[in-house]
Amino acid sequence: MRDVNQNPCNMCMPMGGIFAFKGVEGSMVIIHGSQGCSTYMRRHMAEHFNEPIDVASSSLNEKGTVYGGEANLKKGLDNVITLYQPRLIGVLTTCLAETIGEDIDRIASQYMEEKSLTDLNIIAASTPGYGGSHAEGYFRTARKIIESLTYKTEKHSKINIIVPIISPADIREIKRILNALDIEYVIFPDYSDTLDQPFARPYNKNPDGGTKLHDIASMAGAAATIQMGITVDDAISPGRYLEQQFGIPLYNLPIPIGVEATDRFIDTLVRITGCVVPDSLKQERGRLIDAMIDAHKHNFEARCTIFGDPENVYAVAKMCMENGIVPAVAATGSPSPKLGEALGDHPHICVLTESDFMQILEKSTEENVDFAIGGSDGKFLSDEGNIPLIRYGFPIHDRIGGQRLLSVGYTGTTLLLDRMTNTLLSIKYDNYRDKMRQRYLADMQR
Amino acid sequence: MFNELEERQDFIVIKGRHKKAMKCDSHSVSGSVSQRACVYSGARVVLNPIADAVHLVHGPIGCAAYTWDIRGSLSSGSELYRRSFCTDLKERDIVFGGNERLAAAIDKLVQLYAPKLIFVYATCVVGVIGDDLEAVCKAASSKYGIDVIPVQSSGFMGNKAAGYRAACDALLKLIEPVNTDNIGKSRSINYLGDFNLAAETWIISNYFRSIGIEINAVLTGDSEYAKLKKTTDACLNIVQCAGSMNYLAHKLNDLYGMPYIDVSFLGIQDTSESLRKVAAFFNDDDIILKTEEMIKSQTAKANQAIERYKHHLCGKKAAIYVGGGFKAISLLKQFREIGIDVVMIGTQNGQPHEYDTLQELADEGVIIVDDANTSELEQFILEKGADILVGGVKERFLAYKLGVAFIDHNHNRKHPLSGYEGAVNFAKEVYSTVCSPVWKYALDQGGDSAR
Repeated sequence: MRDVNQNPCNMCMPMGGIFAFKGVEGSMVIIHGSQGCSTYMRRHMAEHFNEPIDVASSSLNEKGTVYGGEANLKKGLDNVITLYQPRLIGVLTTCLAETIGEDIDRIASQYMEEKSLTDLNIIAASTPGYGGSHAEGYFRTARKIIESLTYKTEKHSKINIIVPIISPADIREIKRILNALDIEYVIFPDYSDTLDQPFARPYNKNPDGGTKLHDIASMAGAAATIQMGITVDDAISPGRYLEQQFGIPLYNLPIPIGVEATDRFIDTLVRITGCVVPDSLKQERGRLIDAMIDAHKHNFEARCTIFGDPENVYAVAKMCMENGIVPAVAATGSPSPKLGEALGDHPHICVLTESDFMQILEKSTEENVDFAIGGSDGKFLSDEGNIPLIRYGFPIHDRIGGQRLLSVGYTGTTLLLDRMTNTLLSIKYDNYRDKMRQRYLADMQR
Repeated sequence: MFNELEERQDFIVIKGRHKKAMKCDSHSVSGSVSQRACVYSGARVVLNPIADAVHLVHGPIGCAAYTWDIRGSLSSGSELYRRSFCTDLKERDIVFGGNERLAAAIDKLVQLYAPKLIFVYATCVVGVIGDDLEAVCKAASSKYGIDVIPVQSSGFMGNKAAGYRAACDALLKLIEPVNTDNIGKSRSINYLGDFNLAAETWIISNYFRSIGIEINAVLTGDSEYAKLKKTTDACLNIVQCAGSMNYLAHKLNDLYGMPYIDVSFLGIQDTSESLRKVAAFFNDDDIILKTEEMIKSQTAKANQAIERYKHHLCGKKAAIYVGGGFKAISLLKQFREIGIDVVMIGTQNGQPHEYDTLQELADEGVIIVDDANTSELEQFILEKGADILVGGVKERFLAYKLGVAFIDHNHNRKHPLSGYEGAVNFAKEVYSTVCSPVWKYALDQGGDSAR
């Protein structure tokens, strides 16, 4: 363990919990803690998604901290119901609530009883800020939602698709691929509309979209689960829960970024359902291969740093390797033992877990990388290490359009690859004339 | 007026013929989706611009992650303040206490950066698990012979205003003079409550220089340890952001007899009045003459620049929702300068006397609200037919979704809004958001066609 974290490369658990709840239809979140937690997370998400992000707080004060925050939380639930009329309220804990020992499961169920609520679900997830990163908070909450809403149900032929934190555009692309394959599915958590609302009058503070509650319930009877979560620990894995509890076969796959991972995703679907891959998708694959060939000489033996959530880091690292780009540094702020295992076959990759940006900068400099890929906080690598940054993942604060970045499937991979190749090209072309003059002309003129 | 939450009624008044008492500076209502932050947030905002200090957050990672280099404060020297240091407490530390982790973090940071000054910010859990911040900081202070100052900013100990006070208490420890002989001896002034967002401190300092007044220390825009240590040399404190720094000005007056005056450099009118007030304090004909000359030329120049925008804006309606009452008062005047009527005014942390002033200044029928939540903002903006909202990041996207123009008045903006330059920027920004062609297309984008 290091003595001091210098420039964090991760956020805290409740942040991930918000993402998971935002992927459920008609839901509203209340964070049980002091007012600042919810405000900071709302601000972080608002700047990335360019959307109003409504998240309530139980606004714990000194009194609540000393004597318990139950009254605060119940009052908060009352007010959230009055203002938002949600169908589901997600309660997330914080460092503070956990440290003072709040039993949120009990408070939530007691509240339901007291108010005799029948058409409202309250799901409480334990997400102490000191317990892990936002990535773990996301899966832990997603699992808790499934645990709370599923029960033994009739078998059906739909496929469960469980996604990690990716962009709304990525979720929409996955749905497009599933539709192209004519597959019936439940995708969860689906925040593609709730965090990327079209402009419409009148404004609706309860955005449309999200996985429907009855669809989540139906996940217990699905033909199979495909979870994009190879780095996810079993204890917090929603797919593993469905497998263990209801015997739903689990296919734990990487995010479909790159040829191999996208092939794997589609092949798995074909194997489970016997669906036919349409020509349109085959053509998309052909275009990706075409693009890879067009760009291969620019990419070969380029070196890069990838940082962010373990699942995204793994997927992008594999995609780099397909193109001859060396993912020299693969870093995450998350503890994630599975990331190291997953990339273990590649000794040339320096895998950093529980990392911070100071360490990532040091390693990236040492490894002489050409560019880095990850969220906006990586601008530190550009500012201090002169390493160009390709923005990908969450959060992206200093550029517009993080919610629209498309990186999955054959088409998304093509776009992501273009962003990488073009970064390398701009380095080459921006320096070309000066470099050549210095290298050769200077000698000639001496 | 209809409000869905009973307990919020007392925080809202409509300007009528008689002044009404309104509730403020109180706890946020649980579950209301308040726009406020916390004690730590308030303390960090005030202290963060101190450039050569190590700012160490003692707690789990979140608080440090969400506040890393998100503000637009500029420094003329060290960039150390732009790094985010954190003890990154884990479950084990919550159980066994974080004192040792804190001491180890300070050791490491001293070894790496050799700072003269370290601020240690307490977060929520630190206030609960009983870490002895004072003792650890004191020990480190004497071990290294540097200032290691604890900031009592546990999030649940109040609101953002409590954080301002925690920061001011930390500053008081820092600026306590060793030698009391020089107190008030210099002819220079301290400038309190400017954080050098987008060079604002530099803009105002240049004004003062050109009228013959030197700035001694700025709290805290573009400041550093050595300059702050001489704070008490100045003969006058001028206070810009009253919400954060009034408390410090009072204390400096009580402790060291330093006089202070409130100023505001937002808008042409307030800027000119403030310069006059400071000049009058010195009672020096040369300074007063130079001040009047500068006001005349700068006002003429700014008015000319603003004229281009003004005739597009006359008769538009604005809503204000900002952090402090001081800023809201200035913005009300500033909107009037460009011909815009203000129809709603709210603040996160306004104080009673500031709401009094707002009630005096506001036109009849204007809604005045403390600690508004998003539902209220939505309701009032639509009800009053506002064309533009001024606020922070979280409010920006609500305005946009309502089809309403927006002005950023937050700490991460990258353009100055202070002084005469700032007044022109303000008018230009209002023009660029109110008169953009995009709204034409938003007008008939109904809910059904969007799907």
